[in-house]
Amino acid sequence: MTMTTEAPLREPEVVTAEWRPRIVAFLCNWCSYTGADLAGISRIQWDPSVSIVRVMCSGRMDPTFVAKAFSMGADGVIISGCHPGDCHYQEGNYKTLRRVHLLKRLVAGFGIDPDRLELVWVSASEGDQWAETANEMAARIRILGPLEVGS
Amino acid sequence: MSAKPKLALYWAASCGGCEIAVLDIKEKILDVDAFFDIVFWPVAVDFKVKDVEAMDDDQIDLCLFNGAVRTSDNEYMANLLRQKSKILVAFGSCACEGCIPALSNTTTKAATLDWAFADSPSTVNPDRVMPQTRTETPVGVLELPEFYETVHSLDQVTDVDYFVPGCPPQAHQIWAVLETVIDIMENNKPLPPKGTVLGAGDKTCCDECPRERQEKKIKGFKRIHEVIPDPDQCLLDQGIVCMGPATRSGCGGMCVAVGVPCRGCYGPAPNSKDQGTKMISALASVIDSDDPEEIDRILDGIIDPVGTFYRFSMAHATLGPVRAGNGSRSEVAS
Repeated sequence: MTMTTEAPLREPEVVTAEWRPRIVAFLCNWCSYTGADLAGISRIQWDPSVSIVRVMCSGRMDPTFVAKAFSMGADGVIISGCHPGDCHYQEGNYKTLRRVHLLKRLVAGFGIDPDRLELVWVSASEGDQWAETANEMAARIRILGPLEVGS
Repeated sequence: MSAKPKLALYWAASCGGCEIAVLDIKEKILDVDAFFDIVFWPVAVDFKVKDVEAMDDDQIDLCLFNGAVRTSDNEYMANLLRQKSKILVAFGSCACEGCIPALSNTTTKAATLDWAFADSPSTVNPDRVMPQTRTETPVGVLELPEFYETVHSLDQVTDVDYFVPGCPPQAHQIWAVLETVIDIMENNKPLPPKGTVLGAGDKTCCDECPRERQEKKIKGFKRIHEVIPDPDQCLLDQGIVCMGPATRSGCGGMCVAVGVPCRGCYGPAPNSKDQGTKMISALASVIDSDDPEEIDRILDGIIDPVGTFYRFSMAHATLGPVRAGNGSRSEVAS
């Protein structure tokens, strides 16, 4: 006699009509990630469509990461670092500033609305600022709609 | 007489420069002919596609395939030569990364055809006659290959063994590759690992550049026709967009040596997949400003970032699959 284990049929997940965007956020370890952490500790709700990737410095954020995020299905990308002058590594965020300005021009050349890429400064004490940024970006991407990626 | 190894050369969507580059090895082409039996080379010898079709699988020992894949015919030939060849080499920038033909990936097939066959100033075509894959004529049916929406590199349509970058690959590098192949075949030596980039360096173009880099910061970009560059200083230090930092070495730095900025024809540097995003990092490091408005003013000096940074590697651009007209704000509003 063979033993079989039958899992009960699962209820199918409820698919809501509303499309949920996918937003990738690269946050620096010292300011913005801690800021997002503070938002969590303070129990501030922010849009769940924003997924955080922690990097040591916003300057570590290679433009290739953003290109890869878009090509793998992200509808929007947020990059957040320390306020100008506050970088833990002195000038990483200034590098990011210049990169993002050029990167916006590049993504526009590929037909991606540059508004899908956002650079913000969030300090470790600005949990509410982070939540606001995430919510604003999610609202903006909902208006822009999904980014279609072909083959 | 024992049979010589068989060599095939083919051009797909290319300009023909790679074919000329092969002849740039000068009298050494006689050594190539002495060692190999050339079985297919449309530009130089009179064998037809049907001769290749009649061959057994793997009958060709070495095939150097240049040109990108733009039409159904290019794709057919890529697959045919793959099937008939033991070693298939993507030869030159078009086959490796798409090169100039792949720049049309930033637009659509329709726009490309409109411009080429109707709208360009040198074209007279009032009836807007466009090429058709099938045309009935009184003398029979004429067929043309299908023109694809996207230009692909060779490795995107078939399995490629080795890559020889460059637009075109430099003659000394071509000879070095052929010499190595001849040595391997004559002495039964092991082949390099599959996927190896042959005939190029493992550093960046800057490594071969004779100019002096002082890592200056710049307040503005200049185009090459606007200045006479200092002969000894780094071009990027002088505000000229030079792709050197994001480009593989191997050419010998011949453009930069004569005051022309590197355009990036040897493809992305080793260990990087995307030439354009790497170039952004390099440029962001030389701009001398922390002020968003000033940065934008400086960046206005870079005309056509996409075409400049991906001039040779568009087929492999990470953002390539994201195509024009993607839910931009203006479309949402309309």
